[in-house]
Amino acid sequence: MDKFTVTINGHTIEAKPGQSVLQTALDNGIHIPHYCFHPGLPVAGNCRMCLVEIEGVPKLQIACGTTVRDGMVVWSNNDRVRQAVRHVLEFLLINHPVDCPVCDQAGECGLQDYYMLVGRYDSRFAENKVVKHKKATPIGRWVMLDQERCILCSRCVRFTREITKTNEMAIFNRGDHAEIDVFPGGELRNRYSANIVDICPVGALTCRDFRFRCRVWYLKQAPSICPGCARGCNIAIHFNPERPHHAGGRRVLRFKPRPNPHVNAFWLCDDGRYSYPFIDDHRLRFAALREEGGVRQLYLKDALDRLADWLRASRSGRTAYLLSADSSNEELFAARKLLRDALGVRCLLPDTGLRTGDADDFLICEDKHPNTRGARILFGLGENDPVAPDRLEAGLGAELPELLLVNRADLPSPLRDKLLAAGTRLVFLGTNDNATAAAAHLVVPLVVFAEQAGTFTNFEGRVQKFELAVPPLGDAAPEWSVHQGLAERLGIDLAFPGPAAIFRQLTAEVDAFRGLSHESLTPHGAMIRHE
Amino acid sequence: MSERILSKRFDLADSHTIGVYEATGGYATARRVLQELTPAQVTDEVKKSNLRGRGGAGFPTGLKWSFIPKDTDRPVYLCVNADESEPGTFKDRHIMEKDPHLLLEGIIISAFAIGCHQAYIYIRGEYIPQIRRLRAAIQEAYGRGCLGRRVFGSGFDLEVAVYTGAGAYICGEETALLESLEGKKGYPRLKPPFPAVVGLYGCPTIINNVETLANVPAILEKGGDWYAAVGAHRSGGTRLFGVSGHVIRPGVYERPMGYSLKQLIFEDAGGILDGRALKAVIPGGSSVPVLRADEIDIALDFESVATAGSMLGSAGVIVMHDGTCMVRALQRLIHFYKDESCGQCSPCREGTGWLLKIINRIIRGDGRPEDVAVMRDVAEGILGNTICPLGDAAAMPVISFVTKFRDEFEHYIRHKRSAVPAPVK
Repeated sequence: MDKFTVTINGHTIEAKPGQSVLQTALDNGIHIPHYCFHPGLPVAGNCRMCLVEIEGVPKLQIACGTTVRDGMVVWSNNDRVRQAVRHVLEFLLINHPVDCPVCDQAGECGLQDYYMLVGRYDSRFAENKVVKHKKATPIGRWVMLDQERCILCSRCVRFTREITKTNEMAIFNRGDHAEIDVFPGGELRNRYSANIVDICPVGALTCRDFRFRCRVWYLKQAPSICPGCARGCNIAIHFNPERPHHAGGRRVLRFKPRPNPHVNAFWLCDDGRYSYPFIDDHRLRFAALREEGGVRQLYLKDALDRLADWLRASRSGRTAYLLSADSSNEELFAARKLLRDALGVRCLLPDTGLRTGDADDFLICEDKHPNTRGARILFGLGENDPVAPDRLEAGLGAELPELLLVNRADLPSPLRDKLLAAGTRLVFLGTNDNATAAAAHLVVPLVVFAEQAGTFTNFEGRVQKFELAVPPLGDAAPEWSVHQGLAERLGIDLAFPGPAAIFRQLTAEVDAFRGLSHESLTPHGAMIRHE
Repeated sequence: MSERILSKRFDLADSHTIGVYEATGGYATARRVLQELTPAQVTDEVKKSNLRGRGGAGFPTGLKWSFIPKDTDRPVYLCVNADESEPGTFKDRHIMEKDPHLLLEGIIISAFAIGCHQAYIYIRGEYIPQIRRLRAAIQEAYGRGCLGRRVFGSGFDLEVAVYTGAGAYICGEETALLESLEGKKGYPRLKPPFPAVVGLYGCPTIINNVETLANVPAILEKGGDWYAAVGAHRSGGTRLFGVSGHVIRPGVYERPMGYSLKQLIFEDAGGILDGRALKAVIPGGSSVPVLRADEIDIALDFESVATAGSMLGSAGVIVMHDGTCMVRALQRLIHFYKDESCGQCSPCREGTGWLLKIINRIIRGDGRPEDVAVMRDVAEGILGNTICPLGDAAAMPVISFVTKFRDEFEHYIRHKRSAVPAPVK
């Protein structure tokens, strides 16, 4: 292959034929200011911020709309370009309300960023600003519109046209009275609506859920995987470690999509995005024991002592475990080692997350658990082996178990009542409160995915890593450490230094995962070996 | 007077009918071309003629045609730009009104040259009599076998349809025209790709102005060399100059390229109204830089007008006498461009509105000393930085007005009234 090079600001770089000047620059760490360009959307070329000088071309050209040619020489930082870009930014700001103190976008606003980068002038605009129609007007369940803050980059319009193909948004009117809006009487009615908040470079589209809960500069981020369905969209968890009082005690304030070309491109569905409150709401923080006279809180170690006693006491074949497809591969592997292999416990995977028909041809999957595929592989289950809730009783065998460990699932109430009436000891291992937890004899609190590191296997077999964002609440522990604690008490040799070590052991022992390593999962995950 | 190529039938009775057209030699050239020439020969003849686009940009027509990809498997379209909306420009309407078959003959020959079987005439919605004339002429042409299946009995098919716009200036910009023709909002497209490669419905498309196409029959009749010799420099043929403003006989004058601007104003158009003195001339439609009275001793061809710092554009010559307040004149122009900016790209959308607000404030008597400099700077921020030429069209008058008539602007700001005593409205 011929080498294909362009020179940008004096740096000669190898370029891909057919790529734009802007993408080439961005890929090589050269930032050219831009608003309307988005790598996931068709080029619009309307903001004019990415004007660059190309040697041999008399007029400045937009870097987003110019394809690289071999030997092209581009300048984005000379005086002529700087002057033009300052002009464009000034144009974008003259009718902007500059209401940063009350704008939720402040801190992650393209206008602020580029003003600091290329602006820094006093306003010369002595006129009245254009008044537009809608300020703080909801245009859908999740999105708030402020037309005056809009710079008409048309990213949102292009998103609803090209990505969701629902066409709810358009630019109405012309000239400096042009404004984005939904069609009269309409609203956003697609399941990906909040992505337009992400891609809006200014404060025109803000998130109704996140607005005014926290200034963005207080937020920290951790890379993670959305637990909302089997797709495994890549996300960043935005959390507020210092000031939980800003959001009523919630540490995690939002999920934002992280690009992964193999999974979710740049996007995230609304269902997944707004599933985050379970991380902080209705959490089980401490172990609890139901005794005569009521429920008693106890230390986790005491709860594990009790559970170990019960496991010892239960007759062979009369203990069952309901797995959870919300558990990470590491947690599932620990359960497999202890419960299935060492103790011979009957392990079932309830398919409580299946919402038949609730899928689309884009990101949303019917299976609302992030790791069904991982659970199936690790427990050798076929596609039809997960058990529907109404068939759980049959799945538990001819006789009801003496001891039933339930991981996260809420049992159908007839089954629950029947178990309790039959004298089954019900142990609930879980993250959030539910009716089964309330009825259980023993509750062991687990951490949610955001409170630990680990991996999920998505429905296609892509193994993806997530990182710890926030520390565990109360006594909540990762499931693998619960199993390790039980193993210790039962005299079984099962030592896990941590999730990374479990993953290594897992890849050594389970064929499908052979050859994978944390390194190979960076940055976009890696596929399992064909089952 | 010298050659009349475009206006030779304008004075005949019923010049718009096919009977008169054919009786005066019409359609003979197209008939011969379709029977005797190849498309490449037609294009070569047009290249030789130095015919340049009459819409304003002056791009060589034959060269434009040659950008159609060879052996494309997609249909090729010809779009006739009859949106004539540049202030001061009123030439195409005369062709469509008085000699619509000349345009149709030009369309037939040009479509043949580029391999097009479907042509669209995009005409501004306000041109109601012209729309009627065109439709009637097309019907006549179909009836006589000049259009439709097997044109003139040759193997060449051509359909022509008229599409009326809704009066937006921007839809005269060729790619906005295509968007509008496709039924979308008239937003100009990014170029490249150019319409010759990706145009109407994504297919190769040539967009030519009415006057441009009306020249084609004569070129094929008398030869490209003859046509080039009629003009001057690399601007072939004649032009329909639309003279308006403060002259005694405003109107459309067909004169050869390279004709004297002075002669056009002072002889053909009868000189300045009311015996007053000339102050300024906009030589090519409202978008081009203005010339002061002392700058008008020039020839009217693309090269000479460019040398004088302006553009021949659409050849709409706007004449202003010394009773004109240049501040108010510029206000009118800015108002127009602000109103017609489509709002797609930032510099034009925001800049035109800003300019209008400044000049309105000056006229209200609230001008500030820095306003002239700010106006110039705003216009320079628009110039060359927009998707389409509307931005340049708005910026060039501003820059030339505030530069060449700076005193008047400063006077208005300082004294809160015009420097011109009793300015005309």
